[in-house]
Amino acid sequence: MSEQETVVNITVNGQPVEAQPGEWVIAAAERAGVYIPHFCYHPRMNSVGMCRMCIVDIDTGRGPALQPSCMVAVTEGMVVDTTSDQTRKAQDGVLEFLLLNHPLDCPVCDKGGECPLQDQTMAYGPGESRFVEEKRHFEKPIPVNDLVYLDRERCILCDRCTRFADEVAGDPLITFQDRGDQTQVNTFPDLPFSSYFSGNTVQICPVGALTAVPYRFKARPWDLTEVESTYPNPMGDRVVVQASRDQVLRYQGVDSDAVNWGWLTDKDRFSFEAAASDLRLQTPLLRGTPLGRPDPGGSELVETTWRQALSQAADAIKGAIACNGPQSVAVLGGARLTNEDQYVWARLAKGVIGTDNVDAQLDDGLPADAVLGLPRATINRACTPGGTVILLAPDPKEEQGTLYLRLRHAVVNDGVQLIEITPRSTGLSHLAAHRLHHRPGEAAAVATALVGGDIDPGPDGDIGGAPAADVAAAATALADRADQPITVILGRPSLAESADFTLDAAAELARFANLLNAGGRPGIAFLPALHRGNVLGALDMGLAPGLLPGRTTLADGGSALAESWGSVPSAPGQDARGILKAAAEGRIDVLILLGADPLGDYPNAEQAEEALNRVGTIIASDLFLNPSAARAHIVFPAAGFAERRGTHTNLEGRITSQRQIITPPGTARADWAIATELARQLGADFGFGSPEDVWEEIARVAPSHRNLSSQAIEAADDGVVVADSSIEFAPPDAPTSAPHIDAYSLRLVSARRMYDRGTLVQHAGSLAGLAPTAVLSVNPYDFDRVGVEPGTDVQVISHVGEMDMPVVADPGVPRGTAAFGYNYPDLDVRDLVDPEAAVTDLRIQTR
Amino acid sequence: MARLNANNLTVAQDILSRYPVPRSALIPLLHLAQEQDGYVAEDAMAHIAELVGVTPAEVMGTCSFYEMLKREPVGDYMVNICNGISCHLLGSSELIHHAEATLGVRPGGTTDDGKITLEAVECIAACTEAPCLQINYRYRNQVTTEDFDQLVEDLRDGTAGVAPHGQLAKVRQHIGDDRRAGVSPPDGQGEPAWMARNPSDNGDGS
Ligand code: SF4
Ligand code: FES
Ligand code: FES
Repeated sequence: MSEQETVVNITVNGQPVEAQPGEWVIAAAERAGVYIPHFCYHPRMNSVGMCRMCIVDIDTGRGPALQPSCMVAVTEGMVVDTTSDQTRKAQDGVLEFLLLNHPLDCPVCDKGGECPLQDQTMAYGPGESRFVEEKRHFEKPIPVNDLVYLDRERCILCDRCTRFADEVAGDPLITFQDRGDQTQVNTFPDLPFSSYFSGNTVQICPVGALTAVPYRFKARPWDLTEVESTYPNPMGDRVVVQASRDQVLRYQGVDSDAVNWGWLTDKDRFSFEAAASDLRLQTPLLRGTPLGRPDPGGSELVETTWRQALSQAADAIKGAIACNGPQSVAVLGGARLTNEDQYVWARLAKGVIGTDNVDAQLDDGLPADAVLGLPRATINRACTPGGTVILLAPDPKEEQGTLYLRLRHAVVNDGVQLIEITPRSTGLSHLAAHRLHHRPGEAAAVATALVGGDIDPGPDGDIGGAPAADVAAAATALADRADQPITVILGRPSLAESADFTLDAAAELARFANLLNAGGRPGIAFLPALHRGNVLGALDMGLAPGLLPGRTTLADGGSALAESWGSVPSAPGQDARGILKAAAEGRIDVLILLGADPLGDYPNAEQAEEALNRVGTIIASDLFLNPSAARAHIVFPAAGFAERRGTHTNLEGRITSQRQIITPPGTARADWAIATELARQLGADFGFGSPEDVWEEIARVAPSHRNLSSQAIEAADDGVVVADSSIEFAPPDAPTSAPHIDAYSLRLVSARRMYDRGTLVQHAGSLAGLAPTAVLSVNPYDFDRVGVEPGTDVQVISHVGEMDMPVVADPGVPRGTAAFGYNYPDLDVRDLVDPEAAVTDLRIQTR
Repeated sequence: MARLNANNLTVAQDILSRYPVPRSALIPLLHLAQEQDGYVAEDAMAHIAELVGVTPAEVMGTCSFYEMLKREPVGDYMVNICNGISCHLLGSSELIHHAEATLGVRPGGTTDDGKITLEAVECIAACTEAPCLQINYRYRNQVTTEDFDQLVEDLRDGTAGVAPHGQLAKVRQHIGDDRRAGVSPPDGQGEPAWMARNPSDNGDGS
């Protein structure tokens, strides 16, 4: 390509500027440091030219003329003047018009102080208005949903919120209505803007028309202090945390090119309410008598000192090691923690106590080797124009909201072809080029056929439940674009079936990856879609059986690490399933829960119950007294997000920093400090005085993170992606096959919904009510066959349990399948699922 | 009132089949709903949203743009008296006053018997025939107060020969299967990108 095609030379205010072809004038000027005032233009959405604030003098050879710089693309030789008298006059005029109907209620408006309209009126606008007539009036704020209020009088009709709803979120539930002199943003009557992403409209509204219920009237912008940080979800969304008087009041998304583009889900955005909940743990607790006296046999949890809690914990651990060896101590959880916290707990468990019975996942994700042992993709790679994304994961819209937004954008705007291998439709299905919705447990057959393997279609002409012709079409489409990057989003699509099915399917794709990647093409890479906070950090830091910090195994990295740690466990330990089984059999004496709630989250609720009953000493480090922590003997109050510093690892392996802005409640401490202190009581001095000390050690001993300094992480805009891994993916030896299903049953799919019964949602006042109540979803064509009516209450029976619930028709559920959320607040699917069985079949009958 | 009834649903399917992209049928379907109920009911908008695959809010956005799509019940006959300049100069204000007095409603109101809704409108582009009015968008020219009284009588008797509000034409458009519009891609090319993109969910769970 010649120089001319890659660079467009323009002049902005007399300075030569190199612009990119097709770039809007406003964007090119901005890159060159010239700010053009605007309201409707947003770099992550299409230009619409609604507000006219951005008009400037643009001369394309025919003399200067006022043109909206957000709608005019740069051309060679263009001369732009943003300071001419004519521009000034136009800006003044536009502002006067915008203010005609805008109420001057800034003193009582939440946006006052950070309002672009206010700022630009000060900077570019007229001092006073010539408008003496009556302004437009609307009912003052109306709710557009449970979280967002709309004051239509303040709205300047910039189309940002409505464009966001349509273009970005794909939920066009707010639109311009009554266009004309009454134009207003509104919902359909009684149909709220029920989007998981509605809070973003509040952030991008350039005036105070949209306000968020959790923040309304809580603070003035000039009273807020802020730090940039990373939200602890698997995406590692970049956020600004704003606080006032030692209380977090707001999260705002930060436009990180590589990650979240400025967006957040409502669940994450408003979760700060939970952190400030009165129910937060403030002091260490011990078993004691109802009179508040510590007593190991007591029935209550009573307040105690750190010294006492730590020494009792240390005694329990020492006792267990002395009686039954280090294997009788186990650690569950840790996804809530920072990398540093995780590292210190890992070192305590594996290097000091000497147990490898450590697992950050509760048997609801994928084994560490599937996450760390496959070529890793980045989000940007998945979104490469022209590439292919294979979704072998739960619905990203429900579990990784901002990933859904990125993928949606890539499919809609950048021609990424999406192939779904999922057991039911997802939030992306209507955009997918190929929807291969298979029967639960039969993903591997579809994956095999997709990558060209020979699979005989069943008697109904289907492969694993997906029409053979569709699979063939997808295979052709995949092969056609094999010279473009292919990214597999890999997660656990259903918790009602064994993870092995997903691993078998992943193994097929990995085999294909080996073939393809050898040919010098971009090939296939995997993006692990796990669910919990910093679970990817936990795996990197070795909080999994057989693993050590730095993506290495006991066998490979053990001896090297033993030099700094003193010792490492000699043989791999148990995962969560093994740990809880051993505990239920009385073989675990001390169980350490790092923010884990097996009673609430572990797929086998019964076994979790038995386990907690039999363990001698349960030690919990948590923010809340969740059902499992409430059963603990020793409870450490932990510092949460924004209450401590550290780093976070996202699903790409991207490490970014988290910063502190408020103090933890009561005497709560960061987990790295708790673990360091506990180690000291056990006779090991780690010498850590700060998270930076911990990181320094990580960068010294963790092979994949070697020489990665805190400074390098701080300095990089989007953090640092760690790509190295010496782990090998070890798929199950023999493929698992799903048993035959009888004609009267439906096979269960169970995945998480965004708003759930989890601690975070339930402790955030604004979110708690949003969790849906339980329903069973069945394909409309299946009702006749199973003999029930849609919309009625039915009895659902599996071979382990039964429950009553309403059944609804949902065309997104394939025939022969029934879908039920994993984490409804009211009904617990675990009462129906046999965790030992490969799949779960249900029968439904009228009550 | 209501969603589209069974008959109109068939008509709706026929209308939908004329367009390569379902949402193009939005406005014709709004007319159909108005024909059914005399106005576009919210339920009908929600139904149309389902049929064309957009959200009800988007249907509302389009529907509320058009003055002639009524979102509240109106009388069987919309009487729109022009109050543009030509008509005004030739006495339309008096005509409106007369209408208000004889019908007992202000512009925008509907008579108690539900027959007539009165509206005062801007120039309806028949200035040479001023003062003029429309009944359900059919013109009456150079209307005097006497003409008006007669007209109201005829409307109430049902002898004015005007179809009730909502009905667009006496004959429904029908396009034979062989003459369906549809878009056929130019020779040697696939579907245009704007058609291929965003394939709508076929909804059968496949
Ligand atoms: S509510 Fe705000 S974002 Fe939406 S159109 Fe009005 S001013 Fe723009
Ligand atoms: S920013 Fe260009 S018209 Fe609004
Ligand atoms: S003024 Fe009445 S038709 Fe033009």
